[in-house]
Amino acid sequence: MSDTETLRQTPLHAVHVGMGARMVPFAGWNMPVQYTGIVEEHKAVRQSVGVFDISHMGQFIVSGKGAEAFLNRVLTNNIAKLTPGQGQYTLLLNAQGGVIDDLIAYRTSEREFFLVVNASRIDADWTHIESQLTEDDDVMMANASDFTAGLAIQGPKAREVAVAVFGNADSFPAHNTILVTMTDSGPMWLCGTGYTGEEGFEFFMPIETAENWFRKIVDAVKSAGGLPCGLGARDTLRLEMGYPLNGNDLSETRTPLQAGLGFFVDLDKGDFTGREALVKQKAEGLPDKLTAFRMTGATPPPRPHYPVAQGDQIVGEVCSGTQSPSLGCGIGMAYLPLSAAAAGSAIEIEIRGRRFPAEVVKKPFYRKPSV
Amino acid sequence: MSNVPDNLRYRDSHEWIDPQQTPAPVGITDHAQAELTDVVFVDLPKIGTQVSAGQQVCVVESVKAASDIYAPVSGEIVEANDALSADPGLINRDPFGAGWIFKIKPSNAAEADALMNAEAYRKHIG
Repeated sequence: MSDTETLRQTPLHAVHVGMGARMVPFAGWNMPVQYTGIVEEHKAVRQSVGVFDISHMGQFIVSGKGAEAFLNRVLTNNIAKLTPGQGQYTLLLNAQGGVIDDLIAYRTSEREFFLVVNASRIDADWTHIESQLTEDDDVMMANASDFTAGLAIQGPKAREVAVAVFGNADSFPAHNTILVTMTDSGPMWLCGTGYTGEEGFEFFMPIETAENWFRKIVDAVKSAGGLPCGLGARDTLRLEMGYPLNGNDLSETRTPLQAGLGFFVDLDKGDFTGREALVKQKAEGLPDKLTAFRMTGATPPPRPHYPVAQGDQIVGEVCSGTQSPSLGCGIGMAYLPLSAAAAGSAIEIEIRGRRFPAEVVKKPFYRKPSV
Repeated sequence: MSNVPDNLRYRDSHEWIDPQQTPAPVGITDHAQAELTDVVFVDLPKIGTQVSAGQQVCVVESVKAASDIYAPVSGEIVEANDALSADPGLINRDPFGAGWIFKIKPSNAAEADALMNAEAYRKHIG
């Protein structure tokens, strides 16, 4: 039974309910899973544009003369490569190399960084990062999560929406960049990132201003032929791209190398938490690897925790799985031994005691049709 | 407003049955399909299976979740709607018609009378 009283609500809760959204618990928050339907909302993002409430996500500001060196000791990617205005996907690991969280780090100035972390991990991340801070670091940390709301505007018409809402094309951030604007209510961050594989931006603002922005953006999105979208479509969109979801596909017991995120780990930048474990794992070889698979033929959609079989052996379990609205078939990811993880390998997914055929494929599942 | 035809009987778990037909077709209601949205797969029951009222007989899968379907009455499953294998969306488009799921030969006619009528089901879904 879900305990709805202890769930947190975003500043847009009443607006979602007024718009007919179906609310569900997610990461301790009461969030819209859909307004009209997952498939319809998914297709709106692929074909035109959608807007998502991402106010549950967390934001940390890390500043000071020692911020760059400190974050490079705590995160996997090389933050020194960022010039002011640039951002990167990066990971926060424990000493064993396990993933505490995946996040985006932006450099907002020479001495200040803006981190966007997962809702379910705000407290764990904060504690873990703060615990590595020493008095010599000359670093100040601020948690802006409680007074910051967020909206993600995603889809080929996201730029059109930005122009309609902000009045000029300059306010549309390029991919992996950030624009910071100070307003009377507080700072606004416009980030050229997303979780859908489409062009778009994520917009963080003071919570008091969220409803006003949301209504304006929903109007602009609808005028562009798009829809407000819930977490259901956010999940099918990210999975079609093979993007991991922390809690499903990432965990404190597996490394980013196993998750296929080695690109975001710089083993040569100097020491960082978890590095030693990764170097060791790299030398010894990976025990398993997050592997993408696609159901062959008409089958029930694969879902988290379904067993994965090869021959007469159970070789893993589904981490993320769904019916792909773009491809019309079941897709998923599972940690599989390397012997089963090569593209083209035949595996089976056990669903309610029956086995259904699937094939290991390369990520992403979905590629934009070339124009 | 959901469509709730007067000639059918309803289970609280949102299955409908047409007890005037023999065998009696069973499906899920318009309200249920709207709640599920986007039905993508139907795990049809095996023909010849004997079931008792309230027993789980098959599964309807939407993008969001897998939902168990229960037998509204006891009897034998005598037919399954194979059209749903190729086009599960029939359940969304025509839940009381082409989207029927299976047909059952009831073993006890009184069981259908104990199910909700349209008026009671309308109240049930509020």
